[in-house]
Amino acid sequence: MGSSRIKWHIVVFLAPAVLVYSAVMVFPLFNTLRLALYTEVDQSRVFVGLDNFRTLFGDPLWSDAFWNALGNNFWFFFIHMLVQNPIGIVLAAMLSHPRLRFAAFYRSAIFIPTILSFVIVGFAWKLILSPIWGIAPDMLSAIGLKSLYAPWLGKEEYALTTLALVSVWQFIGIPMMLIYAALLSIPEEILEAAEVEGITGLAAFWKIKLPLILPSIGIISILTFVGNFNAFDLIYAAQGALAGPDFSTDILGTFMYRTFFGFQLQLGDPHMGSAIATGMFFIILAGVCMYLFLIQTRIRRYQF
Amino acid sequence: MNKARRNPFNIAAMHGALILYTLIALFPVFVIVINSFKSRKAIFREPLALPDADTFSMIGYQTVMKQGDFFLYFQNSMIVTVASLFFILLFGAMAAFALSEYRFKGNTLMGLYLALGIMIPIRIGTVAILDMMVATGLVNSLMALILVYTAQGLPLAVFILSEFMRQVSDDLKNAGRIDGLSEYTIFFRLVLPLVRPAMATVAVFNMIPIWNDLWFPLILAPAEETKTLTLGSQVFIGQFVTDWNAVLSALSMAILPVMVLYVIFSRQLIRGITSGAVK
Repeated sequence: MGSSRIKWHIVVFLAPAVLVYSAVMVFPLFNTLRLALYTEVDQSRVFVGLDNFRTLFGDPLWSDAFWNALGNNFWFFFIHMLVQNPIGIVLAAMLSHPRLRFAAFYRSAIFIPTILSFVIVGFAWKLILSPIWGIAPDMLSAIGLKSLYAPWLGKEEYALTTLALVSVWQFIGIPMMLIYAALLSIPEEILEAAEVEGITGLAAFWKIKLPLILPSIGIISILTFVGNFNAFDLIYAAQGALAGPDFSTDILGTFMYRTFFGFQLQLGDPHMGSAIATGMFFIILAGVCMYLFLIQTRIRRYQF
Repeated sequence: MNKARRNPFNIAAMHGALILYTLIALFPVFVIVINSFKSRKAIFREPLALPDADTFSMIGYQTVMKQGDFFLYFQNSMIVTVASLFFILLFGAMAAFALSEYRFKGNTLMGLYLALGIMIPIRIGTVAILDMMVATGLVNSLMALILVYTAQGLPLAVFILSEFMRQVSDDLKNAGRIDGLSEYTIFFRLVLPLVRPAMATVAVFNMIPIWNDLWFPLILAPAEETKTLTLGSQVFIGQFVTDWNAVLSALSMAILPVMVLYVIFSRQLIRGITSGAVK
């Protein structure tokens, strides 16, 4: 019984988590990357190397759909960064104001859309924006802007942006909360010192608070990136697997789902599905690495 | 600190902006719920009016009750969510304890390995997960969903819980050891009760995404008897898309459970986010 004996309690403590995590998450992840190198011929699996990727990028039937989904996905992400995060920061800045009353009420209410499922959010907005029900056109005509109305979800040029904005509406609570927490953790002394120097109001926000919350903004950006590049549910709930009209709202998640499961006349192809999943994996990995090595190491963190 | 502090006009403007945004956030939910209690005619004639004696109707709810098995869906969602949370917390806390308490070869490496899954979404591996579930016969069972959600929740749970377990005093644990308590007793009797707030945070973070997930129920358990509430309402609404009463009632019924959960747990959730557990 030397010190080199296996400490069984450590094994017992670690085993369940490591087993479940390895078997259900890590192994399938790598297995999916591996399956992308195979194809099915006469009901048996055949190794084909990078052929699936050659098809995905080389065959116009596939590559057009892939680049369409990827481009849409970037636009989806761009709208989130442009709308969700700035509005989240402004809301958080207002909520963190020390003399604001009912802050807790506003905070809880604005967070409500975030807890709703994509199915609820997708259908609720579909109904509200629908020309049949007429809530959106009626409200616009009430403020004299009726001419602005269009069946946004049914028009190719607007549908993706509309869905991105619906998603922003749903998730704005997350950046708001994280920034709110970061703003509250800024010590009063720093703000007072700034005030003595004559830096107040908006200047204090831009020059003092914003640099201090940059790490949180970095985290929000990478969370948004990862979330957007494996998004699927909202598009599926609102527009179905075909991501209509005419694939204008197709993103990588819906593209992979259709490829994997098939739709209408096209049969499902797990191997091409894996190839798309591999693409998503590397895109997300690239984003995470960029965040870890470029952004996180460059942002100065302040210890209070 | 700034001029706004002394300027009541700015405070009023902030209230105005926040009220406006609160209305935007709540308006869709409000419209869905009030219209679910109206007759079909009233839904279209005056969508923004509250139901009154003339327009009140429960026809939508009757259709939902007759046509959809919402109690079964609800029960499935409940089982999946509660079981997944249980395993995430139990396994996550055990692994977090091992990583934070004992020095052993490969400790850091193991920590990194478990942390990998925080950033890489489990959905990427869906093709192989379905393969595996088909091979093991778990497809169309709630167990498949529970396993997937447990695996998905573990990385962040281990990460958050081990941060908290490092703060538990060594003296306490060593006193327990001197008293002859086994490592298991120390974990379950001494450490777990002390990290209860962190466990609650982990539970609340995981609860809503699991409850709301559409992807895995759709792929791994689409059978009628294993449908979760989220998938069940999706399918129901897809079938009844022209029956507005039924659609609005189904949506309201799907909103209700999460709202109840939110009212119960919102303080915990907000405290969890703002305490920096996710930094």
